[in-house]
Amino acid sequence: MPVINRSEEAVAASDGFAALGGLAALALGAVMAVQTADPVMRFHAILFLVAAALATGTIVLHAFGPDWAAPASVSLVLQTPSGVYSDGVIRAGLIATVFWGVAGFLIGDILAWQLAYPALNLDLPWTNFGRLRPVHTSAVVFAFGGNALIMTSFYVVQRTCRARLAGNWAPWFVFWGYQLFLVMAATGYLLGVTQGKEYAEPEWYVDIWLTIVWVVYLLVFLGTIWRRQEPHIYVANWFYLAFIVTVAMLHIVNNIAVPIQWTSTKSYQIYSGVQDAMTQWWYGHNAVGFFLTAGFLAMMYYFIPKRVERPVYSYRLSIVHFWSLIFLYIWAGPHHLHYTALPDWAQTLGMTFSIMLWMPSWGGMINGLMTLSGAWDKLRTDPVVRLMVVSVAFYGMSTFEGPVMSIKAVNSLSHYTDWTIGHVHSGALGWVGMVSFGAIYCLTPWLWHRRGLYSMWLVEWHFWLATIGILLYITSMWVAGITQGLMWRAYDALGFLQYSFAETVDAMHWPYVIRAVGGLLFLLGGLIMVYNVWRTILGHQCGDLAEQPRVAAAPELRGALVPAE
Amino acid sequence: MFNRHAIVEKHSMLLLVGILIVVAIGGLVEIAPLFWLESTIEKVQGMRPYSPLELAGRDIYVREGCYLCHSQMIRSLRDEVERYGHYSLAAESMYDHPFQWGSKRTGPDLARVGGKYSDDWHVAHLINPRSVVPESIMPGYPFLASAPLDTSTIVDKLKAQRMVGVPYTDDMIANAVADIARQINPDFKGGADFLKRYPKAQQRSFSGDPNEAKEIDALIAYLQMLGTLVDFAKYDESGPNLR
Repeated sequence: MPVINRSEEAVAASDGFAALGGLAALALGAVMAVQTADPVMRFHAILFLVAAALATGTIVLHAFGPDWAAPASVSLVLQTPSGVYSDGVIRAGLIATVFWGVAGFLIGDILAWQLAYPALNLDLPWTNFGRLRPVHTSAVVFAFGGNALIMTSFYVVQRTCRARLAGNWAPWFVFWGYQLFLVMAATGYLLGVTQGKEYAEPEWYVDIWLTIVWVVYLLVFLGTIWRRQEPHIYVANWFYLAFIVTVAMLHIVNNIAVPIQWTSTKSYQIYSGVQDAMTQWWYGHNAVGFFLTAGFLAMMYYFIPKRVERPVYSYRLSIVHFWSLIFLYIWAGPHHLHYTALPDWAQTLGMTFSIMLWMPSWGGMINGLMTLSGAWDKLRTDPVVRLMVVSVAFYGMSTFEGPVMSIKAVNSLSHYTDWTIGHVHSGALGWVGMVSFGAIYCLTPWLWHRRGLYSMWLVEWHFWLATIGILLYITSMWVAGITQGLMWRAYDALGFLQYSFAETVDAMHWPYVIRAVGGLLFLLGGLIMVYNVWRTILGHQCGDLAEQPRVAAAPELRGALVPAE
Repeated sequence: MFNRHAIVEKHSMLLLVGILIVVAIGGLVEIAPLFWLESTIEKVQGMRPYSPLELAGRDIYVREGCYLCHSQMIRSLRDEVERYGHYSLAAESMYDHPFQWGSKRTGPDLARVGGKYSDDWHVAHLINPRSVVPESIMPGYPFLASAPLDTSTIVDKLKAQRMVGVPYTDDMIANAVADIARQINPDFKGGADFLKRYPKAQQRSFSGDPNEAKEIDALIAYLQMLGTLVDFAKYDESGPNLR
């Protein structure tokens, strides 16, 4: 195990830089709070100021304060074989992932009920569907997904490089900076601050903050790779790296905007019309491709082999999978713009590449599933493995459905309907959600040095509630979407359009109710996870420890569970 | 080939640069040409920048997330053209920063909603959608009817719009605040000049009070002009339409 010996000067310099950064942020927050006439900007400036003050205080206390202010994890860490890794920030990330996940599912389900019963909008600005919907999408994609990605990437890159995370304060800056980004984005939406581009709603100043956090994230990740004790960079890290780099590119290009004043929350995009549409869906589809796919494939490539104790099925397939996936995905954006004012050649390119994308997607799925070769029995005995395998199955299903929907003839029916919503959720709930749950259930005992989860029986419940919830969700949305699409284009015997738009809205009611019930089951599963994770952190056991596989325990405790070989 | 892959696995910067090159290609090919191809930058007669009131209304449309349930893009499909009107042209959103084409029709397309309903209908519908469309699942927006329109930033907004390429003139910027009053009250001094700056703009009180612009006035002014600028009786699909 490599041990990084840091000189006292280096630690002092790092504390000094961190404190200076904190003070600079404090000053910026104060200036903005005083200068602005925009109430939301003032609120965010004060929020920023408070965060900077807390950060600076922590750093100063840590550097000059009494011993009790030194990080408590040091003594704990040194006693374990994984002593050199910095896991505190990962533990915080896991708790944040679970929290934001449940918050995002809850808001999503509230929105689902609002669509079935519009009185639930309450006719207030900050409770209506239009303002809450970005809170839901940002909470699940960026808060739940983003925290899961940052947290697992910090775990995986340390273990596969056998190196401690680069930076002293930097990983913590990434964690807290990212939470601040999320809080500013979400509160902004509720108060009516949005750019009006789907999945890119945060306004210019929040975007700049995210850019700073993201660059530090890239540096921490790369810096850890540079310290590696392994000659090769493991496949999971290729995917994490592609995710971090590409998301940076997409985020910056899609969010270039001119604020109406430097103290105002409002800005206008530099692109307009068709150019803005193409840039947006280049961004939007690759938020799916790189945020929700590449990063989570990295999780698949680490946690499935670890949990089932088998090597990745094929090294060659992972090389082909990686390069073809990242090359092809970037082209797929125009399939969101079929039959629009976007030129035909671009639409056709988008469709063609979307169909080709099916191949690397399924290549990846096969690589994940076949990793279970010789260990298929674990599907029956270990519900955590089942969560991850079913998630890969959902990945396969939604990456088949996606290319089908990108075909122009199919898209003419499916576009603008709830079929798209169902498709997104089979990927988001099925693939992204379940592979994250699998990683969370693996990591909780490993990070808190426990012999296993509080209860495997509760994992079983979570699995079934989530699976049934997803099935209700996507089947009801298939019905809703195809019904809508067919009703919109239905003609009567005299050649007139058969249905008014209002009639098609009316037809959606029961599918919307069923969808909301499905979402509720998924949310219940999430709440069970919160309980299970919490009791595991507290060190409680409900009695099914003996039934848990050896790998469920923290690595340093596994020897005590089974006789030495 | 697979043996050589070890090179990028051992050199993180090679891997990083390789990733950047591979992911840059698709976007460059698909996005860059749109900035100079004739079909995407063509100007069509009738298109003009939004009047200050319409722009303020558009900002409210963005703020409330209307684009999450309403598209503004009529596809070139028979049923859509019959339901909503002529398919949308690229030029019709040339001044839209950002675009509001949308991706979902929980409610109907709004690209040509201008003039389809009366102002009174819009007021009633925004305050309580189910009072005029019983099947509607749209949220009510009664707060728009009582909130006065904030005009303090409209000059900055026009200036920022000009910076991103919308041809607002100095005259338009100087008159921005007064033009809001002129649009809801045709008797306001200089009302005729307003129409020269913004041809086809609809000048009337949208919610009934010509003396104070409310947020609902701005939003309805925006909705009532959507899709009305290009005259499709004169529009020639084979072009040119800009002169």
